[in-house]
Order: sequence, then C-alpha cells, then structure tokens
Amino acid sequence: MKKKATARPTPAKKPAAAPAVAGKPPFSKILIANRGEIACRVMRTCRRLGIKTVAVYSDADADALHVREADEKVWIGKAASAESYLLVDRIVEACRKTGAEAVHPGYGFLSEKREFQEALAKAGIVFIGPDAHAIHAMGDKIESKKLALKAGVSTVPGHLEAIPGPEEAVKIARKIGYPVMIKASAGGGGKGMRIAFVDGECREGFVSASNEARASFADDRVFIEKYVEEPRHIEIQLIADGHGNCVYLWERECSIQRRHQKVIEEAPSPFLDARTRKAMGEQAVALAKAVKYKSAGTVEFIVDKNRKFYFLEMNTRLQVEHPVTELITGLDLVEQMIRVAAGAKLPFAQKDVKLEGWAIEARVYAEDPFRNFLPSTGRLVKYREPAPGPDVRVDTGVYEGGEISMFYDPMIAKLCTYGKDRDSAIERMRRALDEFHVRGVSHNVPFLAALMAHPRFVAGRLTTNFIAEEFKGGFGAAHLPPRDPAVLAGIAAVLDRVQTQRAAQTPGRLAGHVGIVDDRRVVMLNREPVAVAIAGGGSDFLIEVGGRKMEIETDWSPGDPLVRAKVDVMPIVVQADPAGAGWLLSHAGGRAEALVLSPRQAELYALMPVKAAPDTSKFLLSPMPGLLASVAVSEGQDVKAGEALAVVEAMKMENVLRATRDGTVKTLHAKPGDSLRVDQKILEFA
Amino acid sequence: MQHILDELERRRAAARAGGGARRVEAQHGKGKLTARERLDVLLDAGSFEEYDMFVEHRSTDFGMENQKIPGDGVVTGQGTINGRLVYVFSQDFTVFGGALSGAHAAKICKVMDAALKVGAPLIGLNDSGGARIQEGVDSLAGYADVFQRNVMSSGVIPQISMIMGPCAGGAVYSPAMTDFIFMVKDSSYMFVTGPDVVKTVTHETVTQEELGGALTHTQKSGVADAAFENDVEALLQLRRFMDFLPASNRTAPPMRATPDPEDRDDASLDTLVPDNPNKPYDIKELILKVADEGDFFELAPDWAGNMVVGFGRMGGRTVGFVANQPMVLAGCLDIDSSRKGARFVRFCDAFNIPIVTFVDVPGFLPGTAQEYGGIIKHGAKLLYAYAEATVPKVTVITRKAYGGAYDVMSSKHLRGDLNYAWPGAEIAVMGAKGAVEIIFRSDIGDPAKIAARTEEYREKFANPFVAAGRGFIDDVIRPATTRRRICRALATLAGKKLENPWRKHGNIPL
Repeated sequence: MKKKATARPTPAKKPAAAPAVAGKPPFSKILIANRGEIACRVMRTCRRLGIKTVAVYSDADADALHVREADEKVWIGKAASAESYLLVDRIVEACRKTGAEAVHPGYGFLSEKREFQEALAKAGIVFIGPDAHAIHAMGDKIESKKLALKAGVSTVPGHLEAIPGPEEAVKIARKIGYPVMIKASAGGGGKGMRIAFVDGECREGFVSASNEARASFADDRVFIEKYVEEPRHIEIQLIADGHGNCVYLWERECSIQRRHQKVIEEAPSPFLDARTRKAMGEQAVALAKAVKYKSAGTVEFIVDKNRKFYFLEMNTRLQVEHPVTELITGLDLVEQMIRVAAGAKLPFAQKDVKLEGWAIEARVYAEDPFRNFLPSTGRLVKYREPAPGPDVRVDTGVYEGGEISMFYDPMIAKLCTYGKDRDSAIERMRRALDEFHVRGVSHNVPFLAALMAHPRFVAGRLTTNFIAEEFKGGFGAAHLPPRDPAVLAGIAAVLDRVQTQRAAQTPGRLAGHVGIVDDRRVVMLNREPVAVAIAGGGSDFLIEVGGRKMEIETDWSPGDPLVRAKVDVMPIVVQADPAGAGWLLSHAGGRAEALVLSPRQAELYALMPVKAAPDTSKFLLSPMPGLLASVAVSEGQDVKAGEALAVVEAMKMENVLRATRDGTVKTLHAKPGDSLRVDQKILEFA
Repeated sequence: MQHILDELERRRAAARAGGGARRVEAQHGKGKLTARERLDVLLDAGSFEEYDMFVEHRSTDFGMENQKIPGDGVVTGQGTINGRLVYVFSQDFTVFGGALSGAHAAKICKVMDAALKVGAPLIGLNDSGGARIQEGVDSLAGYADVFQRNVMSSGVIPQISMIMGPCAGGAVYSPAMTDFIFMVKDSSYMFVTGPDVVKTVTHETVTQEELGGALTHTQKSGVADAAFENDVEALLQLRRFMDFLPASNRTAPPMRATPDPEDRDDASLDTLVPDNPNKPYDIKELILKVADEGDFFELAPDWAGNMVVGFGRMGGRTVGFVANQPMVLAGCLDIDSSRKGARFVRFCDAFNIPIVTFVDVPGFLPGTAQEYGGIIKHGAKLLYAYAEATVPKVTVITRKAYGGAYDVMSSKHLRGDLNYAWPGAEIAVMGAKGAVEIIFRSDIGDPAKIAARTEEYREKFANPFVAAGRGFIDDVIRPATTRRRICRALATLAGKKLENPWRKHGNIPL
C-alpha cells in the first residue's frame, strides 16, 4: 500500500518556467525594492530573462520567500516598513553594494515616491517605472485632474469652488446635469453629503448639507459634482516606451471592493462594449502621452450605469491585479517594464494586442471573514495552493511553515483563474478556492467562495457598493449554504468506507468474526441524518442518496487533507479535517460536520441531546492567540461598558479589551503572563 | 422442542427489557443510552456474545426477594472492535439504578477473569448508583473482588473505563485502577463523597457537576483522560482508541497499513522553532506532522498542558508520544505534568509500545506551591518511569534541554536508544543568562561584561554539538527529516531486548 515517497512541496518552489529568452538580458542584475508576492513575481520574470536578482529584507522577513528566491539578499532594517522598506538611502546603498543596475519597486512602499526615483537617478541606477515628472504630476489629485481635462479625458463634472447659496447651487446642478452630489468641502464619513435628482432636492440638500457641515466640521463650504449612479471601478492598463509609443492593454474591472480595498478583479469587464473600451483606452493613452509617460501605468475610471466614464486617477506603477491583464493578453508586464526601462521600444503596436478569454483574480487574505475581517497573523501551519496550470495562476510570497507578519499587508496569495468565458473562469475559481488549503491562520476563502457563488456576481451586475449592499449585516455562515448536501454526504460515506475497509484488514482479528463493512450508512451532516447506500471500494464507489444515484471516483487515502473526486464525472474538491470520530468538511466556502454511522448507531444518535452552545456572552474571550499582558479589573469589581478590562499582547501589539456592557466581574480565569489561545476565557461576568 | 425454544426466547426478552420501558425512557430523557444500546454502538454489529444473562441476585432482605430482574443490572460478555476481541461489562442504570450486588460483581469478575486468561482488553461502561445497600457487606465484598482483579490485570491487559453516569463512593476505585478513564460530558460524574456529605462535613456548597463532572476531571483533577460530547461520540472515539492498543502484554501493538511514506520529509518543520528562544510554538504541530496520516489520539489534552501525551503510529505501528509543550508554562516540568507523563510512559512500557519523546524543557517549575506539593517525588516518578522502561525509546530535542529536566526527558543516560537533536537545540545546565550570573557573580554590576560572558556561554553551550561530542546525542538532524529518522530508528529497534534485574517489584516514588 505504500506509495513512493512524495516529498511535500518545499518552499523554494520553481514555477513552471517559460522558455528562457535568448539574447543579451536588458540588465545583468536587478534589485527588487519590495517584499512578498510581488517581489517573487518580479524575480520570476528576471530569472526567465537571465537577470540576477537582489532581495532586500527586514528583520521580520529574514526567512521570507522573496529572500529565499533571490540570488542575493541585503538586510535593510527593522520590521516596521518605515525602518526598512521605506528607507530610500538603505535601498540605494544596497544597490551600490550588490552592483544592481536597476531597481523594480513593485507596488506600494517606494513605488510612487518621486524622491526614490530621483535618488536612484543620482546614483546612476535605473528605476524600472516612469520618470519623476510623471510620478509627480499624477501624484497630485488636482494637478492630475487638470492634466486630464487638458488631454481631453472625461472627468467627473463638478464645480470645485465653494457655492454661496441654494439658487447658485441649482444653477450649477443644472449645468452639470442631474443627479448631482452636494458635498461638504471638509466632509468625510458621509456627513454633509446629499444626492439631488431635481431642483427642489438640490435647494434642500444645499441647506441641509451646509448646516450639517457647519455642525460637524465648523466649515459650511459645500461643492457640487456629478453623482455617478451604480458606479463601477474600471481601469485601463497601458504601457509606454518613452519613444512615443503607448498602447492600452484593455481594462480591468475592480468593482468588488470592501472598504475601498479591491477583493476581486477581472479582465475584461463584463460591462464594457467595444466602443466604450476603445474610447477609454484612447483617452488613457492621450493622458499618458500628455505626461510623456514611460513604463506600465493604470488609468482608473469610474463608470456609471449608462457607460459614461470619468477619470479618477492614474497609478504610475505596476498594479496588484496586473495578472488578469497578462492572462488575457499573453504579455508579461514586468518583462515589458524592464525592457522599456533599458531603453527598448515596445515590440508591438495597439493592433497586435490580443484579448482572449476571461481572467479573474481573488485576493486571498489572512483575515477572519466571520469576525469582521479582523487580520489574522501567525504561522502558516498548512499551506497548499491549487496546482498551477494554464487556467490557474497563483502569485504568493508565503510558504508552508512561513509566517504572516503583522507588520505588512496580510495577503496570502493572489489566485487567478482563466477560462474561455466569464462563466468558465468563475467555475474554475470555485474549484481553485476549494483546493486552497490553509491552516494556522484564518483566511477569507469562505468569503471569496460566497462571492463566486453569488447570483448577482455571476450575472455581472457589479457596482462598487456590491459588498456593502449584499452583505449588509456583515458576513456569516448563513451566506454559505452547503452547495449540494447529497454529494457531501456521499463523499463522507466514501471516506468512511475507505477507512472501514482498511480496518477490516487489521491483523489479530478474531477468527470467524463478523464483517464490519456495511453498505448501509447514515451520514449525520451537521447533525441531520442522511441515509446513504454505498457499494464498491478501491477508488470507485456507487452511492445512492435519497433515490439519487451517483458514481464517485477518488484516489483519496487516509491522511489526505483534500478529497479530489469525480462525482458522475464532474470534478469536485472537498477538504476533510478529522474532527473527533468524524470529519469537518469544507467545500464552496461552507463547512459541514460529518459523522458516518451504521443505521443502528444513527437510530441511537437521534436520542442524543442537542446541547446549547455555551453562553459566551458572560465571558471575556481572547480574540487572538497572545500573551495576557495585564488585567485591569479584579473579582467583584463593577465595570461600565467601554471600560478597559485586560490587555492582550499579540505579536508585540497591545490589544486593549473593553467591556461591551455594564456588569460585575465574577471570576478571573487567566492571570497576567498566561499564554492565551483564541477564544480562551480571560474573565467571567456575574 | 418448540416450547422450550419459546421459553428461552421469553427469558431472553425479559433480560433484554432491563428495567422496563418507563426506566428506559427516563434513561433516554437524561440523554443517556441503555447498557445494551451502548454495546450496540461500541462493538462490531452482531459480534456481542453475552454471558450470565439469567443471573439474578440472591438477596432476601428488605423485600428484595420479590424484586428480581435477570442480568441484575449489568450486561457482560465479549465482542469485537474492528474484528479484535474485547471483554466488556456495561452497567444498566435502569435495573436497580445499576447498583452493585454480589451477583452483579460476580458477573464482572467473570469477564475480568476471562480477559486476563485469554489476553484481551477489558472495557467497563460505568453507570451505577453505587453499592446495593440492601445487600450490605456482600456488595462491599463484590467491589473488593473487582478491585483485586483490576490490580492483577494491571500491566497484563489494557483496562479501560468509560464513565457514562454516576460513579461514586467506593465504586470510583475500580476505574481509578484501570489504565484509562473517559467520561461523557454533562451526564457522568465521579467522586469519593457526594455534594451532600461535602456540605455536612466541610460546609462547602458544590454541585455534582462541579465536584466530579467530566470537565472537573479532565481539567482540574486529571483523573479522567478525555471527555466526549455524548454517549455515541464517546463510544465511537473509544473504538478509535482501542485500535491503538495491543491485546495484552504478550502481543505487539497492532499494525495498520498506511499510505503515508515513512521517508516523507516536511520542510515546514525547519521553521517550527522560532528564532526568539522565548517565543512559544505548538509542539502538537510536530506530532501531527510526523505521525502517520497526522492521526494522533491525545490524552488529557486539557490538564497539565505543558506535557502532551497520546498515541499515534509510525510506519503503521503504535507509538506513544510524550512531548513538552512550550505553549503552556514554557513546557516546564511540574507536579501535574510529571505525573501525567510518568503514568503514560509506564503504560507504554507495560504494553510494548515504543516511546517517542520530543524535548523542549526549560527545567522544573519553581515555587512554594510546587515544593510544598512534593515536586521532588512527583518529578521523580517521570524519571523513574523513563529509567525503568525497556521498550524502544527515541528522543528528539527540538530546542531547550536544561538542567535536571534534560536528564529526565528520556535522555541517553536513562537508556535512551536513539537520541537526536535539532540543530538549534541547547543542551545545558541552564540558560546562558542564568549560568553567567552564577559563574561570573562578581561581574554582575557590569552589564557590558555580563553581555559578553553571556554571548560566550551561548556560543559554547547553546548548541547540540557539545552533547553530541560526548555521544549523549547520537546525531544532529534536520527538522524536516524527523519522521524518516524516527521511523528508521523504530525499525532498527524492533528487535530490542532489554530486561531489568529480577525483583518482586520496584519501588516507584508514589
């Protein structure tokens, strides 16, 4: 029964390498002034081009994947970004020391810092990105908008001066065209904001907005701009070579955002028609040309329900979500950036750019979607990605046994899938999410799976308010009904049968003992009995659940965390974690407890009491693993809602835990200095 | 002939009915199964063979002569778990509250004798109100008969107790002498004296649950080894547990074919131990990543958490894992963890189960509570247990092995067979800082000197190579290869033969 040794994936995994490129590499050595997945991603292209790579790293990243993958590494400071990845001098020094000819900044950190570009220029090191003047021009909101207007780019119509009174407001609103948004100059958080569709609403809105603004910000100035209905975030990727050539590489739609953080991106957009795409692309190119742009850049637009689009801003760097563009165009943006930076001309023109198939990116984060997306840091006890291939791409900077550090963005990976059309890309994404096996930190895969299954997402009816509208009360298990309980019950029965058939071979059995493999099983799925008839063995099983027959084929063997099966030829992946005498099955973002019983055992199980979950509202529980640094109260003490109760130190961060209601402290369950598990009781209220 | 068969069936039906429909319903109402229902869950379907179904008590006092129920409150016999023979008794609370009479005890003794004679495990499902008071001293004699057999069987066959209802007074001492005690949450309790007596004598007010419920015994007293949600889950877990155990001390632990390769490396173990020596990590991750299929049956998970013990398999064969847990009290040895480890090590030794020990121990827990509690003798139990054990002993030091605790934790000096260390291991009398403060006491006022000395000491001793240079460590191994090294060591040691000198018995510091 022994298989040949299958070594678990080692961290230093080499992706399926594209053929090495012949010819002299544009640079001999590049330093990547970044960390995480983007640093690894840039190195991958460098390797393919025959360019040596230099990683920079902080104290927290000494064992990080990007350090392991680089040819050379340079330590640049302490864990906090401000003391490492944001230090221009240290990075320039690292280039000098290693002889790197160019720097790729990735995204974030110093990628859009003009000073960095300038410092490198002074040191004679090439910055793989746009020139300082373009970074500067696009870095300023007002400046960039003016430039956009001048370049003939459509911007959100509005009146940016303060408006003296309601009648002037109506006049301006008519000029802009309804609906309009009346906004406090000093505004924020929705305060002093009104939407008007007609003159009357505009007058009233002006008065109430200025009153509210005065009350909230002591500043009653308001201005008016076009209100964009059902807004979508659609951006144009472009690349320019500094020799006057600039082409756009179609759009990406990034409307699925949570608190202005992109969650899902796709290319192309399900909303644009060819005419709009062309118009947006041409305007983006016009803007880039206006600032003599060089390198890859992105022009962000907001698009209304009538496909009217308005310029938002231009990002003068590689974007997080660039892989979806690469998947539909077949281009390597990093390669193009490097070549352009070395002075090469773009090897293709606008007419050569392909748009084939559909790509979706989901950002897998270390955060707990069931606890209001609280970041989750710590050790990746288990980390297995879906197998990459032509339709799956994983960009990551972590590995099994690595650490999600509290000091940086808690991203685990970018998961991209590709299909001939949107539906097949979505379907592949669902399966890829099922295959993503992460343990040790919480992750948002259940949330991503819920998005992929959401009918409105599938229909492509997106707006930037999608998540706020569809998950109003937050995200919970209720958003994840089991996709097909009968199939899950069938899978559980198969797992049980594989184990029982093995147990039936145990040496030392009593001679003539009765068999233990029984074709009739009852699967308690989340405590609901599902009768299953099962036959077969090895890797082929015939299942009958509630009159429905299915054939399950799987090579699962005990200990595998993933059950890869075909149910009537349809591929399915279910994660199975042993839990007590049964399993915890994860599929399609949802979880189900499965306990497989004989009919007699199930009959008796029905007599078992359903126990209420312990009332935890009486307890203060540790929200994370950490060290109990101090307890501010004593037994018998009355506390008011909001009062600090204890401090939990996790990864050097002090988290103050406060009372959520008035009460009296009954018992302290932990003392300062104790290590706490997540959900461990700290104290109990009377 | 037919009427004879009918009569047999009538008698069987009477016995199976137990205390009658009303009492059965009451039992179910408490969330509990009946004695026979429990055996239906525990044993392979159709494998149960009952003994003494027609036994009745012989009491004639207090009107007992008019109250007879065949079986007398306990169902006994034999059956199989995944085909392997076990002997069982299952007390029937629906019959006289499961109270123990002379006849009831005799039935239990019969299966105990059979189990010992044949060499098969004995499982008791306890659910009894206590002594059959109407029988007086006969009942007490019955208990003692059971106790004596518990002791005679100890170390010969595995004895397991599953507490599924009340178990109070003298009745607790039979489970107490078995190898493992499991309990069902919310419906079982064990205590020597109940809440009423406690109230009278000490004026403490306490509920049954607080005094002797499953949580009390799995978290506070350490009397029970695990607690389960309900009867069915408890019995299913017991089936799983029995698969790890040999039938007796005359047989090897069972072998289970596994698809998990013995030479499977796990690169993530290379980063298990944090760079900062004061940062904890979860030793259970190591156990789960080296054991076959990640299958580990932990015992007493919620008590003395600084010591992790339980069963797993390596290359298909059962092993006992013993490990210091840096997540709790830095993994130090104290009274509870020493007792927990010692008892487990002795079970493994008695039943030919190799012991795999993972060491990350900063020393013994200091303090008056520990000294007054007798840590000297309790700590000695673990030392004694390891030193007397003759089964294969494989040890891996993952990080700290300081002071006397290093000696205790299955060191080479206690006849450890193969002792490995990870490259970051520190085998020393104590941490560098403490050591320097003693050796260079005079420099204490000079932080710069102390820092330099500390660094010097760390350089010299904070590594496994000094110990390896003496042969106290057989090899320094890469963490990723831990599974393959342990599997190979165990395969090597399969033929180990070691005997202690003859004696009546040793005198473990109890």
